[in-house]
Amino acid sequence: MWIWLHRLGSPPYFYRFAGRLLPWLWTACLVCLGVGLYWGLVVAPPDYQQGDSYRIMFIHVPSAWLSLLSYVLMASFSAAALIWRVKVAEVLARSIAPLGASFTFIALVSGSLWGKPMWGTWWVWDARLTSELILLFLYLGFIALASAFDDPRRAARAAGLLAIVGVVNVPIIHFSVQWWNTLHQGPTVSKLGSPSIALSMLLPLLVMVVALHLYLLAALLQKARCELIARERSSRWVNDLLPGRGVGDELA
Amino acid sequence: MSWHEFLHMGGYGIYVWSAYGVAAVVLITNALLPVFRFRALRREIERGGQR
Repeated sequence: MWIWLHRLGSPPYFYRFAGRLLPWLWTACLVCLGVGLYWGLVVAPPDYQQGDSYRIMFIHVPSAWLSLLSYVLMASFSAAALIWRVKVAEVLARSIAPLGASFTFIALVSGSLWGKPMWGTWWVWDARLTSELILLFLYLGFIALASAFDDPRRAARAAGLLAIVGVVNVPIIHFSVQWWNTLHQGPTVSKLGSPSIALSMLLPLLVMVVALHLYLLAALLQKARCELIARERSSRWVNDLLPGRGVGDELA
Repeated sequence: MSWHEFLHMGGYGIYVWSAYGVAAVVLITNALLPVFRFRALRREIERGGQR
């Protein structure tokens, strides 16, 4: 396991490994998305209180979870990059940031579109919504810092520190609905033992959760491969990827 | 269920479809950007290789 992780830290190995995994990940992701969307938007029954508006949940909840997971991963990659100076970890942290920001953005927008008909307002400055908005600013700050230096390694160190410090926000978001009174409903799925959501709605939600996890992984690997090529463009192994150099791995 | 019912979403169509529309645009953009970037990088590296 450690040896394998160590090999994954080598840019050419990572590039090939990710390249071989990607078609499978995208296929699995699209299948799950198709099943999850059809199940959630067509098959699942309307909610007895919220009617059909609750169907926003199938995109809102997975996006919100992934906005947190992406942040934890971004901070972990940054920590690995700071401690062991692994270039691939720097690249992964840099590549997951826009994805995490995207999921945060989707969670905020879909939540707003759900809040308007259900709560009567697009936005309230309560704990859950505000801390999720701060998460978006942390992502944007990371991206800005990571692009602010000419030297990519210095940029990664500066942005990495921000990512690690910002981790305090993650438990705040997660527990905000329990620590403070908020309009946002409490956890319904993860309550241990007995989730208070009907199975006919929980199952399509879980399929969508799987689909968007696969999306995150696939999009991350794809972005990271691209970023790796961009950083190593003058190195031997990247130039060996060109057709006619005999290595066989296409540059695509 | 008819197409009309499906699009109407019990009166919440505008909210539901806006949410999914925004998500689709963001996710598809994220998936396609590396494809274009790869093409640009590839051209650049090919040019560099001939020097």
